[in-house]
Amino acid sequence: MRPAWSVILLTTLIGAGQGLFLALYAIEVIAAAGVLATPGRMFYVAGAVLALALLAAGLLASFFHLGRPERAWRSSAKWRTSWLSREVIVLPAFMGAVFVYGVVHHLQAGERISLWIGAAGTVLCLALFVCTAMVYACLKFLQEWHTTLTPLNYFLLGTASGFTLATPLAALTAPGASKELAIAALALGALAYLGRLAALGRNARLRPKSTLATAIGVKHPRIVQKAQGFMGGSFNTREFFHGRTRETVRFVRWVFLALIFPAPALVLAFSDDTAVLLAVAFALQYAGLLAERWYFLAEANHPQNLYYQAIS
Amino acid sequence: MTQLALVIDLNVCVGCHACVTSCKEWNTAGAAGPLTDQNSYAKDPTGTFLNRVQTFEVGEYPDTQTVHFPKSCLHCEDPPCVPVCPTGASYKRPEDGIVLVDYDKCIGCKYCAWACPYGVRELDQQQKVMTKCTLCVDRIYDATLPERDRKPACVLACPTNARLFGDIHDPASGVSAAIRENGGYALMPEWGTHPANHYLPRRKTQFRIHPDELKRIDNPLKVDGKLPKPAPGEPALDDVTSW
Repeated sequence: MRPAWSVILLTTLIGAGQGLFLALYAIEVIAAAGVLATPGRMFYVAGAVLALALLAAGLLASFFHLGRPERAWRSSAKWRTSWLSREVIVLPAFMGAVFVYGVVHHLQAGERISLWIGAAGTVLCLALFVCTAMVYACLKFLQEWHTTLTPLNYFLLGTASGFTLATPLAALTAPGASKELAIAALALGALAYLGRLAALGRNARLRPKSTLATAIGVKHPRIVQKAQGFMGGSFNTREFFHGRTRETVRFVRWVFLALIFPAPALVLAFSDDTAVLLAVAFALQYAGLLAERWYFLAEANHPQNLYYQAIS
Repeated sequence: MTQLALVIDLNVCVGCHACVTSCKEWNTAGAAGPLTDQNSYAKDPTGTFLNRVQTFEVGEYPDTQTVHFPKSCLHCEDPPCVPVCPTGASYKRPEDGIVLVDYDKCIGCKYCAWACPYGVRELDQQQKVMTKCTLCVDRIYDATLPERDRKPACVLACPTNARLFGDIHDPASGVSAAIRENGGYALMPEWGTHPANHYLPRRKTQFRIHPDELKRIDNPLKVDGKLPKPAPGEPALDDVTSW
Protein backbone atom coordinates (compact mmCIF):
# COMPACT_ATOMS: atom_id res chain seq x y z
CA MET A 1 0.00 0.00 0.00
CA ARG A 2 1.05 3.59 -0.46
CA PRO A 3 1.59 5.09 3.00
CA ALA A 4 -0.41 8.29 3.36
CA TRP A 5 1.05 10.93 5.67
CA SER A 6 -2.40 11.77 6.94
CA VAL A 7 -2.84 8.19 8.17
CA ILE A 8 0.69 7.98 9.60
CA LEU A 9 0.22 11.21 11.54
CA LEU A 10 -3.29 10.33 12.68
CA THR A 11 -2.36 6.95 14.13
CA THR A 12 0.93 8.01 15.74
CA LEU A 13 -0.35 11.31 17.19
CA ILE A 14 -3.52 9.90 18.72
CA GLY A 15 -1.50 6.90 19.95
CA ALA A 16 0.86 9.22 21.85
CA GLY A 17 -2.09 11.27 23.14
CA GLN A 18 -3.87 8.15 24.34
CA GLY A 19 -0.70 6.81 25.99
CA LEU A 20 -0.13 10.15 27.70
CA PHE A 21 -3.65 10.07 29.11
CA LEU A 22 -3.13 6.52 30.35
CA ALA A 23 0.13 7.65 32.00
CA LEU A 24 -1.65 10.53 33.78
CA TYR A 25 -4.42 8.28 35.00
CA ALA A 26 -2.03 5.53 36.07
CA ILE A 27 -0.10 8.05 38.19
CA GLU A 28 -3.35 9.33 39.68
CA VAL A 29 -4.54 5.84 40.58
CA ILE A 30 -1.18 4.91 42.11
CA ALA A 31 -1.06 8.19 44.02
CA ALA A 32 -4.60 7.64 45.25
CA ALA A 33 -3.54 4.23 46.52
CA GLY A 34 -0.84 5.99 48.53
CA VAL A 35 2.17 4.38 46.81
CA LEU A 36 3.34 7.66 45.27
CA ALA A 37 3.31 11.26 46.41
CA THR A 38 0.32 13.06 44.85
CA PRO A 39 1.61 15.25 42.01
CA GLY A 40 0.50 18.85 41.76
CA ARG A 41 -2.48 19.70 39.60
CA MET A 42 -0.23 21.25 36.95
CA PHE A 43 0.94 17.75 35.99
CA TYR A 44 -2.60 16.69 35.17
CA VAL A 45 -3.75 19.94 33.61
CA ALA A 46 -0.66 20.33 31.40
CA GLY A 47 -0.81 16.63 30.58
CA ALA A 48 -4.47 16.81 29.61
CA VAL A 49 -3.82 19.88 27.45
CA LEU A 50 -0.89 18.16 25.75
CA ALA A 51 -2.89 14.94 25.18
CA LEU A 52 -5.79 16.95 23.81
CA ALA A 53 -3.44 18.84 21.49
CA LEU A 54 -2.00 15.56 20.16
CA LEU A 55 -5.48 14.09 19.63
CA ALA A 56 -6.68 17.24 17.90
CA ALA A 57 -3.61 17.30 15.67
CA GLY A 58 -4.27 13.67 14.74
CA LEU A 59 -7.91 14.41 14.01
CA LEU A 60 -6.87 17.38 11.86
CA ALA A 61 -4.39 15.21 9.96
CA SER A 62 -7.11 12.66 9.23
CA PHE A 63 -9.12 15.28 7.33
CA PHE A 64 -6.35 15.49 4.77
CA HIS A 65 -6.99 11.86 3.92
CA LEU A 66 -10.49 12.63 2.70
CA GLY A 67 -11.41 13.63 -0.82
CA ARG A 68 -14.47 15.45 0.51
CA PRO A 69 -13.57 16.62 4.03
CA GLU A 70 -16.68 18.82 4.20
CA ARG A 71 -18.77 15.63 4.42
CA ALA A 72 -16.69 14.09 7.23
CA TRP A 73 -19.65 14.32 9.61
CA ARG A 74 -21.38 11.59 7.60
CA SER A 75 -18.74 9.07 8.60
CA SER A 76 -20.35 8.32 11.96
CA ALA A 77 -23.35 6.70 10.25
CA LYS A 78 -22.35 3.05 9.86
CA TRP A 79 -20.92 2.27 13.30
CA ARG A 80 -22.73 -1.07 13.30
CA THR A 81 -20.50 -2.46 10.56
CA SER A 82 -17.51 -0.17 10.01
CA TRP A 83 -14.51 0.10 12.34
CA LEU A 84 -13.65 3.41 10.68
CA SER A 85 -17.04 4.76 11.64
CA ARG A 86 -16.55 3.52 15.21
CA GLU A 87 -13.15 5.23 15.34
CA VAL A 88 -14.75 8.45 14.14
CA ILE A 89 -17.24 8.27 17.03
CA VAL A 90 -14.86 7.15 19.80
CA LEU A 91 -12.11 9.69 19.03
CA PRO A 92 -14.19 12.82 19.80
CA ALA A 93 -15.79 11.02 22.76
CA PHE A 94 -12.34 10.29 24.17
CA MET A 95 -11.25 13.87 23.49
CA GLY A 96 -14.28 15.01 25.43
CA ALA A 97 -13.30 12.75 28.34
CA VAL A 98 -9.73 14.11 28.33
CA PHE A 99 -11.09 17.65 28.26
CA VAL A 100 -13.40 17.02 31.21
CA TYR A 101 -10.55 15.24 33.02
CA GLY A 102 -8.34 18.33 32.57
CA VAL A 103 -11.12 20.67 33.67
CA VAL A 104 -11.88 18.57 36.76
CA HIS A 105 -8.21 18.75 37.74
CA HIS A 106 -7.99 22.45 36.93
CA LEU A 107 -10.99 23.20 39.14
CA GLN A 108 -9.76 20.69 41.73
CA ALA A 109 -13.25 19.27 41.86
CA GLY A 110 -12.16 16.35 43.96
CA GLU A 111 -10.29 13.08 43.62
CA ARG A 112 -13.44 10.96 43.52
CA ILE A 113 -14.81 12.73 40.46
CA SER A 114 -11.49 12.78 38.61
CA LEU A 115 -10.95 9.07 39.26
CA TRP A 116 -14.37 8.27 37.80
CA ILE A 117 -13.85 10.56 34.80
CA GLY A 118 -10.43 8.99 34.32
CA ALA A 119 -11.93 5.49 34.42
CA ALA A 120 -14.43 6.44 31.73
CA GLY A 121 -11.60 8.02 29.74
CA THR A 122 -9.53 4.84 30.06
CA VAL A 123 -12.39 2.73 28.69
CA LEU A 124 -12.78 5.13 25.76
CA CYS A 125 -8.99 5.19 25.28
CA LEU A 126 -8.78 1.40 25.03
CA ALA A 127 -11.80 1.35 22.73
CA LEU A 128 -10.08 3.89 20.49
CA PHE A 129 -6.94 1.74 20.30
CA VAL A 130 -9.09 -1.22 19.26
CA CYS A 131 -11.06 0.81 16.69
CA THR A 132 -7.96 2.37 15.13
CA ALA A 133 -6.15 -0.93 14.82
CA MET A 134 -9.19 -2.90 13.64
CA VAL A 135 -9.57 -0.51 10.69
CA TYR A 136 -6.49 -2.34 9.37
CA ALA A 137 -6.75 -5.72 11.09
CA CYS A 138 -10.29 -6.41 9.84
CA LEU A 139 -9.25 -6.50 6.17
CA LYS A 140 -8.67 -10.22 5.89
CA PHE A 141 -6.97 -10.27 2.51
CA LEU A 142 -4.36 -7.77 3.66
CA GLN A 143 -2.66 -10.67 5.38
CA GLU A 144 0.13 -8.55 6.90
CA TRP A 145 -2.50 -6.62 8.89
CA HIS A 146 -5.01 -9.37 9.59
CA THR A 147 -3.61 -10.52 12.93
CA THR A 148 -4.24 -9.89 16.62
CA LEU A 149 -0.70 -8.49 16.74
CA THR A 150 -1.98 -5.39 14.94
CA PRO A 151 -4.28 -4.15 17.75
CA LEU A 152 -1.73 -5.32 20.32
CA ASN A 153 1.06 -3.30 18.71
CA TYR A 154 -1.09 -0.22 18.20
CA PHE A 155 -1.89 -0.35 21.91
CA LEU A 156 1.67 -1.06 23.08
CA LEU A 157 3.43 1.40 20.76
CA GLY A 158 0.94 4.17 21.48
CA THR A 159 1.05 3.60 25.23
CA ALA A 160 4.86 3.39 25.27
CA SER A 161 5.20 6.69 23.39
CA GLY A 162 2.67 8.34 25.71
CA PHE A 163 4.54 7.19 28.80
CA THR A 164 7.82 8.42 27.28
CA LEU A 165 6.17 11.78 26.68
CA ALA A 166 4.88 11.85 30.25
CA THR A 167 8.42 11.64 31.68
CA PRO A 168 9.63 15.13 30.63
CA LEU A 169 6.23 16.46 31.67
CA ALA A 170 6.68 14.90 35.10
CA ALA A 171 10.27 16.17 35.31
CA LEU A 172 8.86 19.70 34.92
CA THR A 173 5.66 19.48 36.95
CA ALA A 174 5.85 16.41 39.20
CA PRO A 175 9.48 15.44 39.83
CA GLY A 176 8.43 12.69 42.22
CA ALA A 177 6.80 10.66 39.49
CA SER A 178 9.42 11.10 36.78
CA LYS A 179 11.53 8.08 37.71
CA GLU A 180 8.54 5.72 37.93
CA LEU A 181 7.22 6.95 34.60
CA ALA A 182 10.60 6.40 32.97
CA ILE A 183 10.70 2.83 34.25
CA ALA A 184 7.15 2.22 33.02
CA ALA A 185 8.04 3.76 29.64
CA LEU A 186 11.05 1.44 29.37
CA ALA A 187 8.97 -1.62 30.25
CA LEU A 188 6.19 -0.73 27.82
CA GLY A 189 8.74 0.12 25.13
CA ALA A 190 10.37 -3.28 25.56
CA LEU A 191 6.99 -5.03 25.31
CA ALA A 192 6.07 -2.99 22.24
CA TYR A 193 9.41 -3.85 20.67
CA LEU A 194 8.82 -7.57 21.25
CA GLY A 195 5.32 -7.27 19.81
CA ARG A 196 6.60 -5.49 16.73
CA LEU A 197 9.37 -8.04 16.24
CA ALA A 198 6.78 -10.80 16.52
CA ALA A 199 4.69 -9.12 13.82
CA LEU A 200 7.76 -8.73 11.58
CA GLY A 201 8.61 -12.39 12.04
CA ARG A 202 5.07 -13.48 11.29
CA ASN A 203 4.84 -11.36 8.17
CA ALA A 204 8.19 -12.58 6.89
CA ARG A 205 6.77 -16.10 6.82
CA LEU A 206 3.46 -15.18 5.17
CA ARG A 207 2.47 -16.83 1.94
CA PRO A 208 0.05 -14.89 -0.21
CA LYS A 209 -3.27 -16.71 -0.50
CA SER A 210 -4.08 -15.14 -3.85
CA THR A 211 -2.01 -15.84 -6.94
CA LEU A 212 -2.39 -14.90 -10.58
CA ALA A 213 -4.01 -18.31 -11.06
CA THR A 214 -6.85 -17.49 -8.66
CA ALA A 215 -6.92 -13.84 -9.77
CA ILE A 216 -7.84 -14.69 -13.35
CA GLY A 217 -9.01 -18.24 -12.72
CA VAL A 218 -6.60 -20.02 -15.03
CA LYS A 219 -5.06 -23.11 -13.48
CA HIS A 220 -1.52 -22.86 -14.73
CA PRO A 221 1.75 -22.40 -12.86
CA ARG A 222 3.14 -19.93 -15.35
CA ILE A 223 1.04 -16.85 -16.03
CA VAL A 224 2.64 -13.55 -17.05
CA GLN A 225 0.84 -10.27 -17.43
CA LYS A 226 1.44 -8.66 -20.79
CA ALA A 227 -0.79 -5.59 -20.52
CA GLN A 228 -2.73 -3.94 -17.71
CA GLY A 229 -5.08 -2.16 -20.06
CA PHE A 230 -3.60 1.33 -20.04
CA MET A 231 -0.22 2.96 -20.54
CA GLY A 232 -0.49 5.81 -18.01
CA GLY A 233 -1.15 5.42 -14.31
CA SER A 234 -4.47 4.97 -12.59
CA PHE A 235 -5.83 5.06 -9.08
CA ASN A 236 -4.99 1.37 -8.82
CA THR A 237 -1.33 1.83 -9.72
CA ARG A 238 -0.92 4.78 -7.35
CA GLU A 239 -2.86 3.84 -4.23
CA PHE A 240 -1.65 0.28 -3.73
CA PHE A 241 2.09 0.51 -4.44
CA HIS A 242 4.51 2.31 -2.14
CA GLY A 243 6.70 3.10 -5.15
CA ARG A 244 10.00 2.74 -3.27
CA THR A 245 12.82 0.34 -3.80
CA ARG A 246 13.19 -2.73 -1.65
CA GLU A 247 16.35 -1.20 -0.18
CA THR A 248 14.46 1.90 0.96
CA VAL A 249 11.80 -0.20 2.66
CA ARG A 250 14.45 -2.29 4.37
CA PHE A 251 16.26 0.89 5.45
CA VAL A 252 13.07 2.27 6.98
CA ARG A 253 12.68 -0.98 8.91
CA TRP A 254 16.17 -0.65 10.40
CA VAL A 255 15.47 2.99 11.23
CA PHE A 256 12.31 2.22 13.16
CA LEU A 257 13.85 -0.83 14.82
CA ALA A 258 16.60 1.43 16.13
CA LEU A 259 14.37 4.36 17.06
CA ILE A 260 11.19 2.98 18.58
CA PHE A 261 12.95 1.39 21.55
CA PRO A 262 16.78 1.10 21.70
CA ALA A 263 17.55 4.80 21.16
CA PRO A 264 14.98 6.26 23.58
CA ALA A 265 15.78 3.49 26.07
CA LEU A 266 19.44 4.52 26.09
CA VAL A 267 18.50 8.15 26.61
CA LEU A 268 15.99 7.29 29.35
CA ALA A 269 18.41 4.95 31.12
CA PHE A 270 21.26 7.44 31.20
CA SER A 271 19.31 10.66 31.59
CA ASP A 272 19.53 12.56 34.83
CA ASP A 273 15.84 13.38 34.82
CA THR A 274 16.32 16.66 32.99
CA ALA A 275 13.25 17.50 30.94
CA VAL A 276 15.23 18.31 27.80
CA LEU A 277 16.94 14.92 27.63
CA LEU A 278 13.66 13.14 28.34
CA ALA A 279 11.98 15.17 25.62
CA VAL A 280 14.76 14.08 23.26
CA ALA A 281 13.91 10.48 24.13
CA PHE A 282 10.31 11.09 23.12
CA ALA A 283 11.34 12.88 19.92
CA LEU A 284 13.53 9.93 18.94
CA GLN A 285 10.76 7.47 19.70
CA TYR A 286 8.15 9.49 17.84
CA ALA A 287 10.39 9.70 14.78
CA GLY A 288 10.74 5.91 15.03
CA LEU A 289 6.97 5.56 15.23
CA LEU A 290 6.54 7.61 12.05
CA ALA A 291 8.94 5.22 10.30
CA GLU A 292 7.19 2.24 11.89
CA ARG A 293 3.77 3.34 10.65
CA TRP A 294 5.18 4.07 7.19
CA TYR A 295 6.60 0.56 7.08
CA PHE A 296 3.38 -0.95 8.46
CA LEU A 297 1.40 0.58 5.59
CA ALA A 298 4.02 -0.05 2.90
CA GLU A 299 4.53 -3.65 3.96
CA ALA A 300 0.95 -4.69 3.20
CA ASN A 301 0.72 -6.29 -0.20
CA HIS A 302 -2.76 -5.86 -1.64
CA PRO A 303 -4.02 -8.75 -3.81
CA GLN A 304 -5.23 -6.24 -6.39
CA ASN A 305 -1.56 -5.66 -7.26
CA LEU A 306 -1.66 -9.02 -9.04
CA TYR A 307 -3.65 -7.29 -11.78
CA TYR A 308 -1.12 -4.48 -12.20
CA GLN A 309 2.22 -6.20 -12.79
CA ALA A 310 3.08 -4.97 -16.27
CA ILE A 311 2.15 -1.82 -18.16
CA SER A 312 2.28 -3.40 -21.60
CA MET B 1 -34.00 -12.73 -5.13
CA THR B 2 -32.51 -11.21 -8.21
CA GLN B 3 -28.76 -10.90 -8.68
CA LEU B 4 -27.87 -9.18 -11.90
CA ALA B 5 -24.39 -9.94 -13.16
CA LEU B 6 -22.12 -10.18 -16.15
CA VAL B 7 -20.77 -13.45 -17.46
CA ILE B 8 -17.59 -12.92 -19.45
CA ASP B 9 -16.53 -15.56 -21.92
CA LEU B 10 -12.74 -15.60 -22.03
CA ASN B 11 -12.98 -18.09 -24.86
CA VAL B 12 -14.24 -15.49 -27.30
CA CYS B 13 -12.90 -12.21 -25.88
CA VAL B 14 -10.45 -10.80 -28.41
CA GLY B 15 -9.20 -7.94 -26.23
CA CYS B 16 -10.46 -5.15 -28.49
CA HIS B 17 -11.33 -2.76 -25.59
CA ALA B 18 -14.69 -1.91 -27.17
CA CYS B 19 -16.34 -2.58 -23.80
CA VAL B 20 -13.88 -0.20 -22.13
CA THR B 21 -14.57 2.72 -24.47
CA SER B 22 -18.29 2.05 -24.58
CA CYS B 23 -18.41 1.95 -20.78
CA LYS B 24 -16.47 5.19 -20.49
CA GLU B 25 -18.63 6.87 -23.14
CA TRP B 26 -21.92 5.93 -21.51
CA ASN B 27 -20.93 6.43 -17.90
CA THR B 28 -19.03 9.68 -18.23
CA ALA B 29 -22.23 11.20 -19.59
CA GLY B 30 -24.65 9.19 -17.47
CA ALA B 31 -25.66 9.14 -13.82
CA ALA B 32 -22.23 7.81 -12.77
CA GLY B 33 -20.31 10.58 -14.47
CA PRO B 34 -18.29 12.48 -15.15
CA LEU B 35 -15.40 10.05 -15.21
CA THR B 36 -12.65 12.60 -15.52
CA ASP B 37 -9.27 12.36 -17.23
CA GLN B 38 -6.12 14.27 -16.34
CA ASN B 39 -3.24 15.10 -18.68
CA SER B 40 -5.16 13.45 -21.51
CA TYR B 41 -2.78 14.77 -24.16
CA ALA B 42 0.32 15.27 -22.04
CA LYS B 43 2.86 13.20 -20.17
CA ASP B 44 1.46 10.59 -17.76
CA PRO B 45 -2.17 10.62 -18.84
CA THR B 46 -4.55 9.16 -16.29
CA GLY B 47 -8.26 8.86 -15.83
CA THR B 48 -11.16 7.03 -14.28
CA PHE B 49 -12.47 3.90 -15.95
CA LEU B 50 -15.02 1.47 -14.61
CA ASN B 51 -13.88 -1.35 -16.85
CA ARG B 52 -10.44 -2.44 -18.00
CA VAL B 53 -9.22 -5.15 -20.34
CA GLN B 54 -5.94 -6.80 -19.40
CA THR B 55 -3.86 -9.35 -21.20
CA PHE B 56 -2.09 -12.35 -19.74
CA GLU B 57 0.10 -14.97 -21.31
CA VAL B 58 -0.35 -18.47 -19.98
CA GLY B 59 2.24 -21.17 -20.50
CA GLU B 60 5.72 -21.27 -21.92
CA TYR B 61 6.66 -20.51 -25.49
CA PRO B 62 5.72 -22.03 -27.88
CA ASP B 63 2.83 -23.53 -25.93
CA THR B 64 1.23 -20.27 -24.90
CA GLN B 65 -2.29 -18.99 -24.72
CA THR B 66 -3.08 -15.28 -24.74
CA VAL B 67 -5.91 -14.56 -22.35
CA HIS B 68 -7.67 -11.21 -22.67
CA PHE B 69 -9.25 -10.47 -19.35
CA PRO B 70 -11.94 -7.79 -18.94
CA LYS B 71 -12.16 -6.61 -15.34
CA SER B 72 -14.89 -4.56 -13.70
CA CYS B 73 -16.78 -4.66 -10.39
CA LEU B 74 -17.94 -8.21 -9.75
CA HIS B 75 -20.99 -7.16 -7.70
CA CYS B 76 -20.11 -9.67 -4.98
CA GLU B 77 -22.95 -11.33 -3.15
CA ASP B 78 -20.99 -10.74 0.06
CA PRO B 79 -19.21 -7.50 -0.86
CA PRO B 80 -16.31 -6.68 1.51
CA CYS B 81 -16.39 -3.03 0.36
CA VAL B 82 -19.90 -2.35 1.70
CA PRO B 83 -19.66 -2.97 5.49
CA VAL B 84 -16.40 -0.99 5.83
CA CYS B 85 -17.90 2.20 4.37
CA PRO B 86 -18.28 4.63 7.29
CA THR B 87 -21.01 6.74 5.67
CA GLY B 88 -23.19 4.13 3.99
CA ALA B 89 -22.35 5.61 0.58
CA SER B 90 -21.32 2.15 -0.61
CA TYR B 91 -24.31 -0.15 -0.69
CA LYS B 92 -25.76 -3.24 -2.33
CA ARG B 93 -29.24 -2.92 -3.72
CA PRO B 94 -31.47 -5.62 -2.23
CA GLU B 95 -33.78 -5.70 -5.25
CA ASP B 96 -31.21 -6.62 -7.91
CA GLY B 97 -27.89 -7.08 -6.10
CA ILE B 98 -26.07 -4.22 -7.83
CA VAL B 99 -23.31 -2.67 -5.67
CA LEU B 100 -23.40 1.11 -5.99
CA VAL B 101 -21.79 4.25 -4.55
CA ASP B 102 -23.93 7.21 -3.55
CA TYR B 103 -21.78 10.11 -4.74
CA ASP B 104 -23.59 12.54 -2.46
CA LYS B 105 -22.59 10.58 0.65
CA CYS B 106 -19.07 9.46 -0.33
CA ILE B 107 -16.32 11.28 1.60
CA GLY B 108 -13.51 9.89 -0.56
CA CYS B 109 -11.70 8.06 2.24
CA LYS B 110 -10.71 5.20 -0.12
CA TYR B 111 -11.35 2.59 2.57
CA CYS B 112 -13.71 0.63 0.30
CA ALA B 113 -10.97 0.42 -2.34
CA TRP B 114 -8.63 -0.98 0.32
CA ALA B 115 -11.31 -3.50 1.20
CA CYS B 116 -11.79 -4.74 -2.38
CA PRO B 117 -9.35 -7.55 -3.30
CA TYR B 118 -10.06 -7.11 -7.02
CA GLY B 119 -9.00 -3.47 -7.41
CA VAL B 120 -12.09 -2.45 -9.34
CA ARG B 121 -12.91 0.78 -7.55
CA GLU B 122 -11.27 3.96 -8.78
CA LEU B 123 -11.28 7.30 -7.00
CA ASP B 124 -12.10 10.05 -9.45
CA GLN B 125 -9.35 12.66 -9.23
CA GLN B 126 -11.70 15.56 -9.91
CA GLN B 127 -14.91 14.54 -8.18
CA LYS B 128 -12.94 13.08 -5.24
CA VAL B 129 -15.46 10.31 -4.78
CA MET B 130 -15.17 6.59 -5.36
CA THR B 131 -16.46 5.37 -8.70
CA LYS B 132 -17.25 1.86 -9.82
CA CYS B 133 -19.23 -0.19 -12.33
CA THR B 134 -22.97 0.40 -11.93
CA LEU B 135 -24.02 -2.34 -14.36
CA CYS B 136 -25.44 0.69 -16.20
CA VAL B 137 -28.25 0.92 -13.67
CA ASP B 138 -29.37 4.15 -15.39
CA ARG B 139 -29.86 2.26 -18.63
CA ILE B 140 -31.09 -1.27 -17.91
CA TYR B 141 -34.36 -0.02 -16.37
CA ASP B 142 -34.92 2.83 -18.82
CA ALA B 143 -38.37 2.18 -20.27
CA THR B 144 -37.83 4.78 -23.01
CA LEU B 145 -35.18 2.56 -24.59
CA PRO B 146 -36.17 -0.36 -26.80
CA GLU B 147 -36.16 -3.66 -24.90
CA ARG B 148 -33.04 -4.93 -26.67
CA ASP B 149 -31.04 -1.86 -25.61
CA ARG B 150 -31.76 -2.26 -21.90
CA LYS B 151 -28.39 -3.84 -21.25
CA PRO B 152 -25.07 -2.49 -19.93
CA ALA B 153 -23.13 -0.47 -22.49
CA CYS B 154 -20.23 -2.94 -22.45
CA VAL B 155 -22.52 -5.85 -23.31
CA LEU B 156 -24.02 -4.01 -26.26
CA ALA B 157 -20.58 -2.99 -27.52
CA CYS B 158 -18.93 -6.40 -27.48
CA PRO B 159 -18.42 -7.52 -31.08
CA THR B 160 -17.86 -11.17 -30.19
CA ASN B 161 -20.70 -11.49 -27.69
CA ALA B 162 -18.21 -12.31 -24.96
CA ARG B 163 -20.28 -10.47 -22.37
CA LEU B 164 -23.59 -11.88 -21.22
CA PHE B 165 -25.91 -10.06 -18.86
CA GLY B 166 -28.71 -11.42 -16.72
CA ASP B 167 -29.94 -12.74 -13.40
CA ILE B 168 -27.65 -15.48 -12.11
CA HIS B 169 -30.19 -16.46 -9.45
CA ASP B 170 -32.73 -17.41 -12.09
CA PRO B 171 -31.82 -20.95 -13.17
CA ALA B 172 -33.66 -20.45 -16.45
CA SER B 173 -31.69 -17.36 -17.47
CA GLY B 174 -29.10 -17.40 -20.22
CA VAL B 175 -26.28 -16.44 -17.85
CA SER B 176 -27.15 -19.26 -15.44
CA ALA B 177 -27.15 -21.72 -18.31
CA ALA B 178 -23.81 -20.37 -19.54
CA ILE B 179 -22.24 -20.74 -16.08
CA ARG B 180 -23.73 -24.20 -15.64
CA GLU B 181 -22.89 -25.58 -19.05
CA ASN B 182 -19.53 -23.95 -19.75
CA GLY B 183 -17.77 -24.25 -16.40
CA GLY B 184 -18.31 -20.67 -15.25
CA TYR B 185 -16.16 -19.67 -12.27
CA ALA B 186 -15.65 -16.78 -9.85
CA LEU B 187 -12.41 -14.87 -9.21
CA MET B 188 -10.38 -15.31 -6.01
CA PRO B 189 -12.81 -17.73 -4.35
CA GLU B 190 -10.42 -17.90 -1.37
CA TRP B 191 -11.80 -14.70 0.17
CA GLY B 192 -15.43 -15.79 0.34
CA THR B 193 -16.75 -12.71 -1.45
CA HIS B 194 -18.98 -14.77 -3.78
CA PRO B 195 -18.64 -12.58 -6.85
CA ALA B 196 -21.81 -12.38 -8.91
CA ASN B 197 -19.89 -11.85 -12.15
CA HIS B 198 -18.57 -15.09 -13.55
CA TYR B 199 -16.00 -15.94 -16.17
CA LEU B 200 -16.22 -18.74 -18.71
CA PRO B 201 -12.89 -20.50 -19.20
CA ARG B 202 -10.94 -20.96 -22.40
CA ARG B 203 -12.24 -24.05 -24.12
CA LYS B 204 -10.61 -26.08 -26.84
CA THR B 205 -12.71 -25.60 -29.94
CA GLN B 206 -13.14 -29.00 -31.57
CA PHE B 207 -15.45 -30.31 -34.24
CA ARG B 208 -15.55 -33.76 -35.74
CA ILE B 209 -15.34 -34.03 -39.53
CA HIS B 210 -16.93 -37.10 -41.02
CA PRO B 211 -15.44 -38.46 -44.28
CA ASP B 212 -18.70 -37.93 -46.15
CA GLU B 213 -18.48 -34.25 -45.31
CA LEU B 214 -15.19 -34.00 -47.19
CA LYS B 215 -16.44 -35.56 -50.44
CA ARG B 216 -19.57 -34.27 -52.06
CA ILE B 217 -21.95 -36.97 -53.07
CA ASP B 218 -24.77 -35.91 -55.36
CA ASN B 219 -28.11 -37.44 -54.69
CA PRO B 220 -26.79 -39.99 -52.19
CA LEU B 221 -30.12 -41.79 -51.76
CA LYS B 222 -30.89 -41.86 -55.51
CA VAL B 223 -34.50 -40.89 -55.02
CA ASP B 224 -34.91 -37.82 -57.19
CA GLY B 225 -33.01 -38.66 -60.33
CA LYS B 226 -33.37 -36.07 -63.05
CA LEU B 227 -36.19 -37.07 -65.39
CA PRO B 228 -35.65 -36.81 -69.14
CA LYS B 229 -37.13 -33.75 -70.76
CA PRO B 230 -40.01 -34.70 -73.16
CA ALA B 231 -39.31 -34.15 -76.86
CA PRO B 232 -41.36 -31.43 -78.64
CA GLY B 233 -43.85 -33.92 -80.21
CA GLU B 234 -44.34 -36.04 -77.13
CA PRO B 235 -47.24 -35.49 -74.84
CA ALA B 236 -46.68 -33.13 -71.99
CA LEU B 237 -47.73 -33.89 -68.43
CA ASP B 238 -51.24 -32.56 -69.06
CA ASP B 239 -51.81 -35.02 -71.92
CA VAL B 240 -50.85 -38.18 -70.05
CA THR B 241 -52.36 -37.54 -66.70
CA SER B 242 -55.98 -38.03 -65.94
CA TRP B 243 -56.77 -35.43 -63.31
